[in-house]
Amino acid sequence: MTWSELLLMRHEWALIGLALVLIMLEIGISDEQKNRIHVVACLLMAAITLFGFWPAESGKIFGGMYITDPLRVLMKNILNAGVLIIFLQSSVWLGKAGMKNRMTEFYLLLVSSLIGVNYLISAGHFLMFYIGLELLTIPIAALAAYEQYQSKSAEAGIKLILSSAFSSAILLFGLSMLYGAIGNLYFTDFSLTDSLLTILGFIFFFSGLAFKISIVPFHLWTADVYEGSPTNVTSYLSVISKGSAVFVLVILLFTLFRTIQPVWQAVLYATAILTMTIGNLFAIRQQNLKRFLAFSSIAQAGFILLGVIHGGSLGMASVVYFVLVYVFSNLAAFGVVQAVEQATGKLNIDDYNGFYNTNPRLSLTMMLALFSLAGIPPLAGFFGKFFLFTAVAESGFYTLLLIAVLNTVIALYYYLLVVKAMFINKSELPVPVIASDGAMRISLLLAVTGILVLGFYSPVFDYINELCKTF
Amino acid sequence: MLLIALILVPTLTALAIVFAKNSKQVKVMAAAGMSIQLVQSLYLLYVFLAERASGNTEPVVFYQRFPWYNSLNISFDIGVDGISVAMIVLTAIVIFTGIFASWEVEDQYKEFFISLIVLATGVFGFFISLDLFVMFLFFELAVIPMYLLIGIWGSGKKEYSAMKLTLMLMAGSALLVVGILGIYFNSDSNGHHSFNILELAGQTFSMNMQRIFFPLTFIGFGVIGALFPFHTWSPDGHSSAPTAVSMLHAGVLMKLGGYGCLKVAIWLMPQAANELAWIFLILTSISVIYGALGVIAQTDLKYINAYSSVSHCGLVLFGLLMLNKTATTGAVIQMISHGLMTALFFALIGMLYSRTHTRIVHEMGGLMKVLPFLSVCYVLAGLASLGLPGLSGFVAEMTIFVGAFQHPDWFHRFITIVAVSSIVVTAVYILRVVGALLMGPVKNDDHTKFHPATWYEKLATVTLIAGIVIIGIAPLWLSDMIMDSLSAILD
Repeated sequence: MTWSELLLMRHEWALIGLALVLIMLEIGISDEQKNRIHVVACLLMAAITLFGFWPAESGKIFGGMYITDPLRVLMKNILNAGVLIIFLQSSVWLGKAGMKNRMTEFYLLLVSSLIGVNYLISAGHFLMFYIGLELLTIPIAALAAYEQYQSKSAEAGIKLILSSAFSSAILLFGLSMLYGAIGNLYFTDFSLTDSLLTILGFIFFFSGLAFKISIVPFHLWTADVYEGSPTNVTSYLSVISKGSAVFVLVILLFTLFRTIQPVWQAVLYATAILTMTIGNLFAIRQQNLKRFLAFSSIAQAGFILLGVIHGGSLGMASVVYFVLVYVFSNLAAFGVVQAVEQATGKLNIDDYNGFYNTNPRLSLTMMLALFSLAGIPPLAGFFGKFFLFTAVAESGFYTLLLIAVLNTVIALYYYLLVVKAMFINKSELPVPVIASDGAMRISLLLAVTGILVLGFYSPVFDYINELCKTF
Repeated sequence: MLLIALILVPTLTALAIVFAKNSKQVKVMAAAGMSIQLVQSLYLLYVFLAERASGNTEPVVFYQRFPWYNSLNISFDIGVDGISVAMIVLTAIVIFTGIFASWEVEDQYKEFFISLIVLATGVFGFFISLDLFVMFLFFELAVIPMYLLIGIWGSGKKEYSAMKLTLMLMAGSALLVVGILGIYFNSDSNGHHSFNILELAGQTFSMNMQRIFFPLTFIGFGVIGALFPFHTWSPDGHSSAPTAVSMLHAGVLMKLGGYGCLKVAIWLMPQAANELAWIFLILTSISVIYGALGVIAQTDLKYINAYSSVSHCGLVLFGLLMLNKTATTGAVIQMISHGLMTALFFALIGMLYSRTHTRIVHEMGGLMKVLPFLSVCYVLAGLASLGLPGLSGFVAEMTIFVGAFQHPDWFHRFITIVAVSSIVVTAVYILRVVGALLMGPVKNDDHTKFHPATWYEKLATVTLIAGIVIIGIAPLWLSDMIMDSLSAILD
């Protein structure tokens, strides 16, 4: 193995380096100076994110177990940026008494999970794929139970680990069928034929992955785990974990499962309608903002499937672009939720009554984030949704498109309920003025810049589209 | 450049207001920005007429193309024809007067004026854009600030109305998404799909495609044009909205519907328009009659005007669906005429309300004696609304009905007679309201202590009345300007 071959894996190396630095700091730093770990972690993560944009080459190493190309690198970069924002948003929470001395654990587990994400995206063999998937999931289960003295957090941890063990088992069952049909687990010589065994194998495999993306009917764990986990972990689950599963789903469907496209199109058609509609309808009734965002993120997953169904480069580009936009929009919303939760412990939509009068900037951020999620111009979410719709229209599924656009109206309704609480409703006891934290400010600024700029700056989408065409 | 300035000036005004220090500064900035906007709209009208006079017969002038999303062939295409110029001038007049009509807003004034101007930016952008994607973007941009404007500064059951209005209009725009994507993927210009209206207009789409996407597009725009049975957002929305928002919404935003139906649905899919017009003609004539009859049952001034808007906007779509030049010209003049007079109505209602604190007709009376200036304006608006010759309403309705009667078959004759009968009903309700509101004895002693109309109120009303009278007395240049642009669309 040559030096240049090793460099192909530089995203993973950088993250492993970050993990080692964090371990050494944890050993070498005294309890009073733990705050510095936060600064170091954020700075290094920022450096890694920027470093990731260094032009990338395509290549395979480990005999085809590991594949990389510019599109995969872009996916990793998008998720790295999301993790950076989450790191920044966790400063207040981790700085609290009782959390401080366990700060390194949080970063370390998050970075390990991110390494899993990277290997998952770059996998060239189903073994690698499975290792990546488990490495992605298990640290998050620990993180979900991070606030160990709160029963809800412990409950979220156990729910997450049980349901993901279950989904992994289903996924492995599907894989074993596929292996039985083909006799090979390398992606390169994976030629599926249209037989009952492969279709069954695909269905099981897809169900396992659908757990991660929380596609209906595999979404039942989502709301409880999102509600119980610490907010930063929730945002990781809803953005990074879901985003990576979407990426890998797109990659696999468009390459390995290309031969059975009619089958997965039919499966996705049904699940997309269910996911959008059920996610939206359940979101309407939620009072707790974390549950609310959980159902909204289920609905968004349904929209993402619209791009996947397309099956061509436009569909892939629209999915990647939408996830990029979704990272910024959702993290802006979670950032505000986190800021309010840490300052007051309030999480209900009613608690946000009169929020604009006391915290105008935070509520404007929240409004932009929700409008972007709802797909209102000129915010990035509008472009993201529109391109997904374009993909559906190109594949000719106009009925599906009609159902999807009507779903955006339902979604707008519940997003407006939060806007209404913040801007219109009056309250005797509004959330007090929140003293802002520097890192949180930077994170929200990054997210809002993304929301405002991505749509207008068309080269982003054009670049993604080019990458997908050559994929 | 002039066209870009039409979007830039409001955007910059809104940005400048962010940095204003007090309510006076905010209002002066808003007024200054919108005055510039009015001046440059009139200048645009002038250069457009000069361009046409010098023999430029291009369907669209001042055409500019800025590539945007190359991968999907989306570009920022702008350009205007006679219809869009007329709508731009209307918008500039209404937003200009709207600023003065909201001179007394003190509650969260900064946010109010910013939302109002963002709304106007969306409308201006909509009228200049020639790319379906960009047009749709501006369309939604114009709808969303409405939620906050009604929800925060409205009155009555404002939260319900704001939500109803936003969701219904967004459902309309959801249908539009399907419509424009359908048009896009069925188009072929040099091997690419296109969103550009001019390129699309040169193509003939298959009949099967048109039968699906014409209704989607027409209803999508029709929702905001108060097409029956999708008009129900309008009475609630208009009556709950603050004055300037009602003015802008009834005066301009409802016209986005008619404009879009003409420029997208009818222009791009003419065969389906011909085939399916009868269905929508029935719906629009129901709008016309139902709106007019609905007014009679109302006692709240804003509801009265909102229902009469449904009726008048129904006439716009009615004229468009006749699919001939005369009726369509009438429909466009009706858009402008209704825009001006409904803005005048809502402005006057706001001014009366700030004094009487009621909008119920029978709680007021004899206002002519205590508020002569505003009362005379109200009478003028009423007369324009019932179609008195010499004012804009007459020109518009006359042209529509003349055009409608050019169809010799019994269906069009019958439906035209039905629609014409709304004029009688209009006369009944207008005169009843004018009589109860302005004539007779003063019902409430407090009403004698009113302060007379202020300078900003006079400025707003006089500007609007000037527009109504100019169109009423000298309509020919306007109808010529519109007719010229129609030859590209209807032939």
